[in-house]
Amino acid sequence: METMTLAGKTLTLDADGNLADRNQWNEDVARELAAQEGIPELTAQHWAVINYMRQVFDKEGDAPSIRRLTKESGVDTKTLYQLFPKGPAKRAAKIAGLPKPKGCI
Amino acid sequence: MRHLLILGGGTAGTIMANKLAAALDEREWTITIVDGTEEHYYQPGLLFVPFGIYRIHEIVKPRRQYLPGRVKFVLAGIEAIDPAKKTVTLSGGEALRYDLLIVATGSDIHPEQIEGLKDEEWGKSKFDFYTPKGAERLGQFLKGWQGGKLVLNIAEMPIKCPVAPLEFLFLADEYFTERGMRDKVDIHLVTPLDGAFTRPISSQILGEFLERKGIHVTPDFGLARVDSQEKKLVAWDDTEVSYDLLVSIPTNMGDACIARSGMGNELNFIPTDKQTLKAEGLEDVFVLGDATNLPSSKAGSVAHFQSEILFENIMEHIEGRAPRAHFDGHSNCFIESGFGKGLLIDFNYETEPLPGEFPLPGLGPFKLLQESPINHYGKMMFRWVYWNLLLRGMELPIQAEMSMAGKQVRA
Repeated sequence: METMTLAGKTLTLDADGNLADRNQWNEDVARELAAQEGIPELTAQHWAVINYMRQVFDKEGDAPSIRRLTKESGVDTKTLYQLFPKGPAKRAAKIAGLPKPKGCI
Repeated sequence: MRHLLILGGGTAGTIMANKLAAALDEREWTITIVDGTEEHYYQPGLLFVPFGIYRIHEIVKPRRQYLPGRVKFVLAGIEAIDPAKKTVTLSGGEALRYDLLIVATGSDIHPEQIEGLKDEEWGKSKFDFYTPKGAERLGQFLKGWQGGKLVLNIAEMPIKCPVAPLEFLFLADEYFTERGMRDKVDIHLVTPLDGAFTRPISSQILGEFLERKGIHVTPDFGLARVDSQEKKLVAWDDTEVSYDLLVSIPTNMGDACIARSGMGNELNFIPTDKQTLKAEGLEDVFVLGDATNLPSSKAGSVAHFQSEILFENIMEHIEGRAPRAHFDGHSNCFIESGFGKGLLIDFNYETEPLPGEFPLPGLGPFKLLQESPINHYGKMMFRWVYWNLLLRGMELPIQAEMSMAGKQVRA
């Protein structure tokens, strides 16, 4: 498995480049992962989405889709794309230390 | 008497009706299947209709013809399921009681979910090929088309048969080449995924196929709306892609009766135990095929593999034991790649589609993630297998559980 060093930690990655082990995640890691994704600063709105994703994952074992994020996180779709450009669900999942959402295949 | 009720007479429901009709004692169990239409479409065949390879009448049969004599077919819409009272209300108001319920209500496209998609241009410059009517209209249009920019767009995931959009593009490349007008058609895939497909290795390999065929890919495109006047797709981040001809894979959703029953997620798919196929939090309800929220493909092969697992679990359940058989997410799809060739992918929840060979006694091996004529024959032959073996619940020489035999694993 691939690894990468971020925030002073050696992180293990899965085939999609997301963290393979959620336990290696903390808020500093999240900030650095965000920077790698071209998001220089995580605002309160970013954190609201990240924390919501982590909650859903803890409960259901998969990260939510964009449609569900819009419905339940209190952030509309347009804003989600501004916060996490190109693919809010998969980008926010990556920064939240979760695997790529499975609602795909 | 105990009552087994199956909602949906498509691939999944029909296979289960056949398997259970052979196994359940007629003196103890009645079997009823409900569907809103009489026609059973061979859905993988819809892909070929726009290109004149199949005609609609060649891919449709009466549902009843594929159900055993003891199964009662009820032609009716479904209003709602009440799992607490163990009843299903039909659109006419009649209520059916059940002891065991199998929900196999499938998924369908919903163009009205996307702003500006379903308007007066729907069926004129914007088409789908996931419905018989859509596929037929697109075929009519293509016959007279003089060329331009063809954009195939996937509105959002998940979709039924995630390889169908790629197959459509490969077949379009062949179709326009054969008609001597490939140089007049610019072919584009505009997708919310980050590449050609959902998982890394197959996405890379299929991406290279598209590139070789001169098909352009715009990834990470989150469709916000369609502008029919200016003929363009607009993304949530305001990037735009123009088109002359839009082939749309609209939002896929589960049946509206699931929403009316309060049983679905945001897309009306039913939360289902990914291993046992039991509806989560409900007693005596199992879910099969496209109706589930499982992270497996929405495809006939998946419904088929699931049916073998579900059959075992239902037999356990009926005799009062906990379901033991576990579905591994197995999916197996031929991918038509044009010019008489095809690819094959075979994967499950954990193992992504890998290159290599797929052993099959008597017919194989088929090549995995590589083009070959025999994969194309496999695909075309499958229509016969579907009507004659698969729907009837017969044994096929392919296991429900995925095998690693023949697959190449990267070190």
